[in-house]
Amino acid sequence: MNIHEYQAKQLFADYGIPVPTGYAAWNAEEAKQQAQRLSSDAWMVKAQVHAGGRGKAGGVLMAHNLDEVMEKTHSLIGTQLVTHQTGASGQPIHSVLIENTTGIKSELYLSLVIDRASTRVSVIASSAGGMDIEEVAAKTPEKIIRSRIDPLLGIGAYQCREIAFALGLDANQRKQLTTLLLNLYRLFIDKDLSLVEINPLIITDKGDLLALDAKINLDDNALYRHSDLSALYDPTQEDEKEQKAREFDLNYITLDGDIACMVNGAGLAMATMDVIKMRGGEPANFLDVGGGTTAEKVTEAFKIILSDSKVKAILVNIFGGIVRCDLIAEGVIHAIKETGTQLPVIARLEGTHVDKGKALLKESGLSVIPADDLDDAAKKAVLAVKG
Amino acid sequence: MSILVDADTKVICQGFTGKQGTFHSEQCLAYGTGLVGGVTPGRGGQTHLGLPVFDTVHDAVFATGATATMIYVPAAFAADAILEAADGGIKIIVCITEGIPVLDMLKVRTALTDHYPTVRLIGPNCPGIITPGACKMGIMPGPIHQSGQIGVVSRSGTLTYEAVAQTTKNGLGQSTCIGIGGDPIHGMDFIDCLKLFEDDPQTEGIVMVGEIGGTDEEAAADYIKSSISKPVVAYIAGVTAPPGKRMGHAGAIIAGGKGTAEDKFTALEAAGVTLARNPTEIGIRILERLKN
Repeated sequence: MNIHEYQAKQLFADYGIPVPTGYAAWNAEEAKQQAQRLSSDAWMVKAQVHAGGRGKAGGVLMAHNLDEVMEKTHSLIGTQLVTHQTGASGQPIHSVLIENTTGIKSELYLSLVIDRASTRVSVIASSAGGMDIEEVAAKTPEKIIRSRIDPLLGIGAYQCREIAFALGLDANQRKQLTTLLLNLYRLFIDKDLSLVEINPLIITDKGDLLALDAKINLDDNALYRHSDLSALYDPTQEDEKEQKAREFDLNYITLDGDIACMVNGAGLAMATMDVIKMRGGEPANFLDVGGGTTAEKVTEAFKIILSDSKVKAILVNIFGGIVRCDLIAEGVIHAIKETGTQLPVIARLEGTHVDKGKALLKESGLSVIPADDLDDAAKKAVLAVKG
Repeated sequence: MSILVDADTKVICQGFTGKQGTFHSEQCLAYGTGLVGGVTPGRGGQTHLGLPVFDTVHDAVFATGATATMIYVPAAFAADAILEAADGGIKIIVCITEGIPVLDMLKVRTALTDHYPTVRLIGPNCPGIITPGACKMGIMPGPIHQSGQIGVVSRSGTLTYEAVAQTTKNGLGQSTCIGIGGDPIHGMDFIDCLKLFEDDPQTEGIVMVGEIGGTDEEAAADYIKSSISKPVVAYIAGVTAPPGKRMGHAGAIIAGGKGTAEDKFTALEAAGVTLARNPTEIGIRILERLKN
């Protein structure tokens, strides 16, 4: 799960990580009031969306008086912000963060991530802040500093000092970075983060460290032990269909094509998308109905698929293990009847009780197109769409 | 021969009396797995499915001599269950549970590596391990398997079944099939399994099924090049997956431009692995490799 910058900065403040003073606002009037709370003669108005690259996309604006604060807020709220990290339709802006402006001497980069290969939390730091870190890593890898943290020992002050020296900080800043990094790691562990990124972490004109931006990703699997963080969930930043799927414990991701698929298992669902593409079609979605699926879940899955007007055919691919094919067949029949869909449905069933499942579909009187294997199913789906 | 588990393996089940544990223990017993008991704290001394229930793994190991466990406890307690198994003297831990917090798994992995280096963890978030006709520890459908000469290792559950069914359909069978799981931090990886298959006389060919995310497949490609003499066929799921989107499995995500299916295919092909670009061809490709 992602959270907004203003929420991440609140967590930073709670953990003693220095951030600019600022307040969130949901309309122009509120933005003005928040700006008045800040003793400043200029303000930053920052669009709050779950995506990076906001600055370049025009989502971070400067205001020199209160009228401008209102104007800029008004120009952002209610629009879609398209950045290099969003899709073509962008993310909706419902709130802005009003902050003091800060004099910047230089920009650094700092993040904590789960490093799969070393099975450690990894610190990544760079003196090349404010830029796309992947680009820095590709073009100037010598500017990337890494340190790995033993999960049983936690982060050592020595590791923080090593990073501070490598960044070329002065004595005061080294102290500040050590405290900041110790606190950041504490936040990471306490709140079960999967990523925390400060880009840029600036050195102010007074020589102090300040987190000018804040990005936090939470581990969905650990949300059960953080009800305070679950409350930060913002459904407006998520695709409506993906949100609906989440309610029914389905793994669904919207894609651009017209062949919808319903599959059990994440790997098989990806494979199904791949084969559709290989056979000249375009998948409309990724959908894993999971291991313990029921007729009710299949019906909900169909409803979500059908709410996408681009969809012209539905490919069902089930390898029954624990899930019995006859139960899936019943679910598909029920779903077609309940939704009344006229779209072609191609079904490939394999595994437990496959013969019973196939027989049920055949006897249903519905025109479900049977397929022998995944490749056959994909070919038939492409044919159904292209005619 | 097979790898890791066979007809003589004594198995216990953690989360034995729960809904999942009960259902899958019944299935495993029906398959012929050497299940000798189970663990549910507070239910020690009772009998379940005709087998003894113990309060702790220590008790179960002491009484039955079990060396392997399959874990079906809920995600919030699974990391603890893995550590209890290791501490109780279990050597092969199969954790089926899905949804364990990643920081829990970081600790578990480090503790296993540091303090229990001989313990093998399979999973979590995996279908388990099966040596056809001898020992099934997990949730895979038994009947699609057939004893034979192909070793199967996979990150995905139902794709493992797909690979298995295709080898069976092509008149081949499997020595052992291992689902290593779809989480970013897990136990045994491709290399661990490849090494065991290379050393196993029953295994004549290996099917490897990967997916987007991480660099395990690239590491496996390097290892295959240097150390595997047996034919390997590989399929990677997720060629069409968009970057930055988690495709169901917590580990299946293309992040920072790394972990794409194409990168993995390229690395494996360069290592002499035969690619099945279409997953429907996995069975036929390994059959061809065995014939030549």
